Amino acid sequence: MTRNIAPVRVTTSLPFRPKLAGILFWTLCLLVLSACTRQPWNDPYPGNDARANTLYSSFSLRPKHLDPAQAYSSNEYTIIAQIYEPPLQYHYLKRPYTLIPATTTELPEPVYYDAKGKRLKANVPDKRIAYSVYDIHIRKGIRYQPHPALAVDGEGRALYRDLDGAALDLMGIRTLYDFPETGSREVTADDYVYEIKRLASPDVLSPIGGLMGEYIVGLSDLGERLRKAKAENKGFLDLRDYPLEGVEVVDRYTFRVKVNGKYPQLRYWLAMPFFAPMPYEADRFYHQKGMAERNLTLDWYPVGTGPFMLTENDPNRRMTLVRNPNFHGETYPGSGESGDEAAGLLRDAGKSLPLLDRVVFSLEKETIPYWNKFLQGYYDASGISSDSFDQAIQFGSSGEINLTPALKAKGIKLNTAVDASIFYMGFNMMDADIGGYSEDRRRLRQAISIAMDYEEFISIFANGRGVAAQGPIPPGIFGYRAGKAGINPYVYNWSNGRPQRKSIDDARRLLREAGYEHGIDTRTGKPLVLHLDITATGPDDKARLEWFRKQLQKLEIQLVIRNTDYNRFQEKMRTGNAQIFMWGWNADYPDPENFLFLLYGPNGKVKSHGENAANYDSPEFNRLFDRVKTMANGTERQRLIDQMVDVARRDSPWIWGMHPKSFGLHHAWEHNGKPNLMANNTLKYIRIDPDERARLRAEWNRPILWPLFGLLGLLALFLLPAFLEHRRREYRNGLTAGRDG
Amino acid sequence: MFAYILRRTLYAIPILIGVNLITFVLFFVVNTPDDMARMHLGMKRVTPEAITQWKVEHGYDKPLLINDAATGLDKLTDTVFFEKSVRLFVFDFGSSDDGRSIGEDIRQRMWPSLAIALPVFLVGLLVTITVALMIVFLHATYIDLLAVVTLVVLMSISGLFYIIGGQFLFGKVLHLVPVSGYDGGFNAIKFVILPVLIGVVSGIGSGGRWYRTIFLEEMGKDYVRTARAKGIGERIVLFRHVLKNAMIPILTGVVVVIPTLFMGSLIMESFFAVPGLGSYTIDAIHAQDFAVVRAMVFLGSMLYVLGLLLTDLSYTFVDPRVRLS
Repeated sequence: MTRNIAPVRVTTSLPFRPKLAGILFWTLCLLVLSACTRQPWNDPYPGNDARANTLYSSFSLRPKHLDPAQAYSSNEYTIIAQIYEPPLQYHYLKRPYTLIPATTTELPEPVYYDAKGKRLKANVPDKRIAYSVYDIHIRKGIRYQPHPALAVDGEGRALYRDLDGAALDLMGIRTLYDFPETGSREVTADDYVYEIKRLASPDVLSPIGGLMGEYIVGLSDLGERLRKAKAENKGFLDLRDYPLEGVEVVDRYTFRVKVNGKYPQLRYWLAMPFFAPMPYEADRFYHQKGMAERNLTLDWYPVGTGPFMLTENDPNRRMTLVRNPNFHGETYPGSGESGDEAAGLLRDAGKSLPLLDRVVFSLEKETIPYWNKFLQGYYDASGISSDSFDQAIQFGSSGEINLTPALKAKGIKLNTAVDASIFYMGFNMMDADIGGYSEDRRRLRQAISIAMDYEEFISIFANGRGVAAQGPIPPGIFGYRAGKAGINPYVYNWSNGRPQRKSIDDARRLLREAGYEHGIDTRTGKPLVLHLDITATGPDDKARLEWFRKQLQKLEIQLVIRNTDYNRFQEKMRTGNAQIFMWGWNADYPDPENFLFLLYGPNGKVKSHGENAANYDSPEFNRLFDRVKTMANGTERQRLIDQMVDVARRDSPWIWGMHPKSFGLHHAWEHNGKPNLMANNTLKYIRIDPDERARLRAEWNRPILWPLFGLLGLLALFLLPAFLEHRRREYRNGLTAGRDG
Repeated sequence: MFAYILRRTLYAIPILIGVNLITFVLFFVVNTPDDMARMHLGMKRVTPEAITQWKVEHGYDKPLLINDAATGLDKLTDTVFFEKSVRLFVFDFGSSDDGRSIGEDIRQRMWPSLAIALPVFLVGLLVTITVALMIVFLHATYIDLLAVVTLVVLMSISGLFYIIGGQFLFGKVLHLVPVSGYDGGFNAIKFVILPVLIGVVSGIGSGGRWYRTIFLEEMGKDYVRTARAKGIGERIVLFRHVLKNAMIPILTGVVVVIPTLFMGSLIMESFFAVPGLGSYTIDAIHAQDFAVVRAMVFLGSMLYVLGLLLTDLSYTFVDPRVRLS
């Protein structure tokens, strides 16, 4: 018997249904309203910034230091070089790189004295010079940016003095910008002297404190006195109370620097932020109790005189520079090198700097998002990472570099420049197997130098972004020779108007002459096994290491890769246990001394913890370096440099490696971009066209909604069978349900 | 219950000391104070004097664990380990090796981390449980099979793919949200939408399968059959009965992660340029900043211990039979 059972429908109240409908309705309204605004949806910046005269850039790692006495990395200089003004600067457009006054009235010229204090002529031999004295005249009327450290009351007393944590809490101070009052004052010579003293301060630990201690008279001694004073007194060290023999104030706008012997490179250092003026009030202000606990330090909140000042400092997110209202005024240069006018680089000649109102640096840790945002117009310039190289660059039939059509269509411009840097492969000259100065060791190293095909390396691993090095000095630095005269004759021949790497047969011949025919030591009969010490951690490194092995396989030499962590690698280098290694150097200043000293014997890493990582120590090279390092650029200096480079090439302590080439992309609305590898204060010259940028951003970033509805439809399609099954179950009768289980 | 909480809190002290000691030993096996000094002073022109001075300034000039030159208790207390560790227990994290206040950094960075982690956690939990219940509702149908396959596919895809794919599709191609970035206040919403969406979608695969298993186990129990026999609708059975009875295994996996939401997500924050705590530790390891590494490991282990305690407490709320004693 069958009983008819009425379908049972158990319903539940679903109060969320109307709410859900409401949410959907309002979301739709929001979407429609958003679509009506002119600002693209994917614009990462606030809407009212769209037409602001603001340059957008990024940083991937927060800068460690913004204190001019401590900062030494390129990412730190990107920020502080716009804020602090050292006495000198590099001309933005002229090449070769030329020093010009920044805050001084003229370039300082040294006056030489002998040990008895007698003034000498400029052309006396170096060994007679005991001291060089530089009188540096600063311009009148230069004022600091508004800063609470300089705020004073009606009687000229500092407003924010003798504070502590409780007082700061009471005032609600969490950042520097919470101080209600700011002040300013004129820069005086005392401020420059104060900053030079800071280079020796144990509170600061300046990276160039040791180096400057060798040259600036009395700086090392000051460091010792300050260390003792600090040990006795944990409080604020007022550096004004500690005289420095080699640096003195002559008058309100002049200070004098006395250096040991002749040191013409001092002028280059005077173009770096290490020598920017520092008001003692700022140092004192930041040393008050409770400041460091709130990250209120000179290392994070600069006080400068430059074209910009830091008005937002969140190194975890964003750093913003704004035009300094107290900037003393400077104009865009009216001359440059040939071709600058045609390139439109002189259109702003005579205009007041800076040309930008604001610069925003946003945290961007990964290259892919950065690249995408650059293409969308949200960053004004970009480098080219290996991930995006193929999207940006294509090589023509004769190897010329071109932008891809997609980038050309966006009006993007490409700037390239060979960096004032060198990445080389070094031989430890103290090593028993590969080092030494005998003829057979020279030939062994020359043979390996030929086999290590850096043209191929640059092509495969650097996307062609580099120039094979012929010696230690990069292009653009005095002493570098281009063309046939500049090739390394131990590795290259001059053929068809270009350097041609010698054949592998030449390398084998050298190897045979060195006593290692077919990679076998003819004296012992054992195969030659060499070791490359390296820190390779990335996934791309495997191919690179394999490439190194293959290069030496051409000579039947076995290369063992000793991959190690950074710390152990450094330790090996310090103790001389590395055999072959990779190393690099970026120029501090455009002088050949800054590269040749990397091969100067007394700078050996093992002997004296210097920068001569190969521990190369050639008496002939050393003798020439001692002469060259203080000479003025000229024919004689070039002749001696040629001799030095030839000595080094013959000894081959390095496989000279490559000078990297930087590729910079700039949107059409960004103007006046010219690579300047020495100057860091270049943002003041950049001009943008914000209206054009806003127009193109809007055009490039129109939201596309239809795929979103497609996705929703797809989701609904997935849910439909579930809904139908749900309905079927809800409305089925009991017997059916029983059969279904 | 108070005695239980007190006991568990006291248990936590040796655990935290142990974690701190292990972190210390592991860190200094790889890095010496000299290495740290070199890393902080930079690559160029570092002199031995500067290294010595840096160590003095940052308190790394003492013996690491045992001071043989000292006497009495000073043998243990006049060391880098003691001086760097003891303040942690009063939550004084001190300064990073580059001079920033760690406590201040943590306070700043935890909010962006939470702005992503909290919605991902809540929405993800809601969506995942809903999906799992739906699949269970449709158990033994072709839809169930299809859904399980889809979940397996979703959980097999790398998290990085979701991120890059999401940025490409929604940020680059459709121009609907910023590719990356972050801002404070309400402006954060447009930056948070995509990471949250990706976080939720990428978690559906593994979460859905896990909850499906839990719910299916519950579905086979007698009380479910009884409820059905009483004519209660399937939705009520699932949402009111099965879900409630499956809370213990759900809470086991869920409550423990609540305190650690502060710690953020490394990859997500890195790709979306979110200034959270996720990348703070990794950045510190790369920079050999022991002060930050130690503080973050301490904080992470403390939050984990707290999570376990909260998990135990939560059992008493969802199952009256559980007694903490």
